[in-house]
Amino acid sequence: MEPGGAFDEMGFGAEGPRSLYRHIARWLEETPPDVLASRRAQAEYMFRRIGITFGVYGDKDAAERLIPFDIVPRVISRAEWKFLEKGLVQRVTALNLFLKDVYGARAVLKEKIVPDELILRNPSYRPEMIGHRPPHDLWVLIAGIDIVRVGESEFYVLEDNARTPSGVSYMLENREVTMRLMPDLFARHRVAPVDDYPDQLLACLRSATPRAGAEATIVLLTPGAYNSAYYEHSFLADKLGIELVEGRDLFVDRDVVYMRTTLGPRRVDVIYRRLDDEFLDPVAFNPDSMLGVPGLLGAYLAGTVTLANAIGTGVADDKAIYSYVPDLVRFYLNEEPLLKNVPTYRCREPEALKFVLARLDQLVVKEVNGSGGYGMLVGPHASAAQRELFAGKLKADPNNYIAQPTLALSTCPTSFDTGVSPRHVDLRPFVLSGADGVRIVPGGLTRVALKQGSLVVNSSQGGGTKDTWVVDDDPAVEV
Amino acid sequence: MLARTADNLFWLARSMERADFIARMIEATMRLEYMPRPGVDDPAVEWSGALNAAGAFEVFEATHQAADEASAIDFLTFERANPSSICNCLENARANGRAVRTALTVETWTAINDAWLELKRFEATRRTGRNLDREALTRFLEYVKKASLDFDGSCYRTMLRNDAYWFNRLGVFVERADNTARLLDVKYHLLLPSQESVGGSLDYFQWIAILRAVSAATAYHWVYRDRVKPWLIADLLILKPAMPRSLIACYGGIDSALHSLAHEDGRSGAAQRKARATLSALERANMEEIFQNGLHEFITDFIEDNARLTETISEQYLFV
Repeated sequence: MEPGGAFDEMGFGAEGPRSLYRHIARWLEETPPDVLASRRAQAEYMFRRIGITFGVYGDKDAAERLIPFDIVPRVISRAEWKFLEKGLVQRVTALNLFLKDVYGARAVLKEKIVPDELILRNPSYRPEMIGHRPPHDLWVLIAGIDIVRVGESEFYVLEDNARTPSGVSYMLENREVTMRLMPDLFARHRVAPVDDYPDQLLACLRSATPRAGAEATIVLLTPGAYNSAYYEHSFLADKLGIELVEGRDLFVDRDVVYMRTTLGPRRVDVIYRRLDDEFLDPVAFNPDSMLGVPGLLGAYLAGTVTLANAIGTGVADDKAIYSYVPDLVRFYLNEEPLLKNVPTYRCREPEALKFVLARLDQLVVKEVNGSGGYGMLVGPHASAAQRELFAGKLKADPNNYIAQPTLALSTCPTSFDTGVSPRHVDLRPFVLSGADGVRIVPGGLTRVALKQGSLVVNSSQGGGTKDTWVVDDDPAVEV
Repeated sequence: MLARTADNLFWLARSMERADFIARMIEATMRLEYMPRPGVDDPAVEWSGALNAAGAFEVFEATHQAADEASAIDFLTFERANPSSICNCLENARANGRAVRTALTVETWTAINDAWLELKRFEATRRTGRNLDREALTRFLEYVKKASLDFDGSCYRTMLRNDAYWFNRLGVFVERADNTARLLDVKYHLLLPSQESVGGSLDYFQWIAILRAVSAATAYHWVYRDRVKPWLIADLLILKPAMPRSLIACYGGIDSALHSLAHEDGRSGAAQRKARATLSALERANMEEIFQNGLHEFITDFIEDNARLTETISEQYLFV
């Protein structure tokens, strides 16, 4: 999409840049192209050094796995952030109450807020969890909520991620790189720090221990070195100062989880797991999984260990449930939702399906359980044949799809060899829910669709990332 | 710490140390090979010896005819079927390091990863031609030795002195003791006291080659201030604590690493006792006795005993 079509967060044209971006606009204007080019090259080099050499990949793998980083920061004002923060706290609080209810009293079904089958027949629904109460009723301790912007003060939630959201390591490293690479630009702003995220996360995990009073042993459970997010797992375990374990390092004895250490078994209290439900316990779920821990579900249900996130949270971030989240906020909190949902057509409803089929060229169609930008159709950018194909899928299995209008996602200036040019972005803040409340480090991960005109920001589909600055509104600091 | 982590760290260090030893073995054997050798017309002897010292002779024999320079070097450097080939050592090191990334410092990890990346470049070059030519091979061996130095140095300079460091050191010293002992095992017949020989003879250069394989050619002269005598070589490599690759120095390192672990854990076990016993025996030993009772027997016993120590460590620290 060309400038003019979408809201550009820096702003251009007759009005000039928004005041928030004035230093960045000046910096982009005054910095010669070859200096920008060398910053880009340095950034990539630094990612290999602190990012990927920390990480675990070789040259070639790294080239594949290195998510491109754009050097131009994305700026959000303190006021904008305060609004988003309030809305995020509200939304995640409602999601936690919803999960407590779904596996508990089921008021939400009795009151017909959400249709029964959307929950009870949801592939992510875990009947094993019925009646389970995790410590402090915390189900989703770590959430990643994807937010898009379409206007000066118009934000929408695009998607909730309540299972094992990733990307936070990029948020942290992007900041490191920007600070080292552009200290002058950085100094001209008052940017809210993000580097306390590991401490916040640790505090959050610790607060969820099932053995209050005792020193909690916390571990990060990874599928292993061949998982595509292994880099993030090892990075986080290192920053948190906790053991990075694989399933084979853990065992369950009489419903208590232990890890195998050089000094013998050591009891584990909290597992920050980066492994999907299906793989957690081969006895309870997928019997072919070599990644999990036999008996883990039993220990979990016995309440001797906390899993972050809990088992069965997928029922809350499903794209079909998504369209009901505003209703859930009203139902559980008696408040109007602060963050809006993108209008969503539930193809399971015959009226909506008809509407969607007639407007496939204008809508984005998504699989209810898809993720990573796979299994979706961006109508305006799709060929007639692709639309035809999707129409067939929709008719065959309408329950599996939702559709949304194509949003004109906001754009941010992005630096290329060919010059600076606007690209569409979204934002994934990371919301931590602990016993003592909800914490969010200011900002989050900005993802940017590097292909001109593209609206798909997923890294698996050619997306990149940017550092996200939450700055004080009045940048009185004139340097 | 996780038992798997300890196991990975131990084998990571062993792999890096072994890669260095194999590189040195190849270099020393090449030098020997290029000498005029009147009366010796079997080129297989030296290379079989090198394969033996690398513990790779049996695997080699199963798939190859007689050993010559090209086949032996290829087998010791890039052969995947040889578990102790340099390429497998570096692959193992990296796989182990990657699995315990959080237990390593950035510098240590970088040293391992860089070595592996370089290996990939050499392998790519090698795929385009047949074998590496001698010049490229020399560069490769230099590189491997440097990688091992980088690794060792970055561990020493950057790692916290906690159990991760001690398991790492344990791996280095157990492997180094094994390497020195294997070298002695293959060459022991050259080191017997009856073998006095004048400078310039083939034997003389054999002895020098042994010293070179453990980077001790210069050290020898500093220690003994004498011309090279075979029994002094044995003395240097077995009983001289000042010589970093001598058996006694390795056991000093093993004993101290195990002692530090016991101190940190607050418990001592069979591994500590066993290492201390071996060290004491070496401290009490003298070369005359060793020669009297048979150098070969002494070395064979040592190799077996050292392997048993690895088993004891595995059991005590639950690697299995």
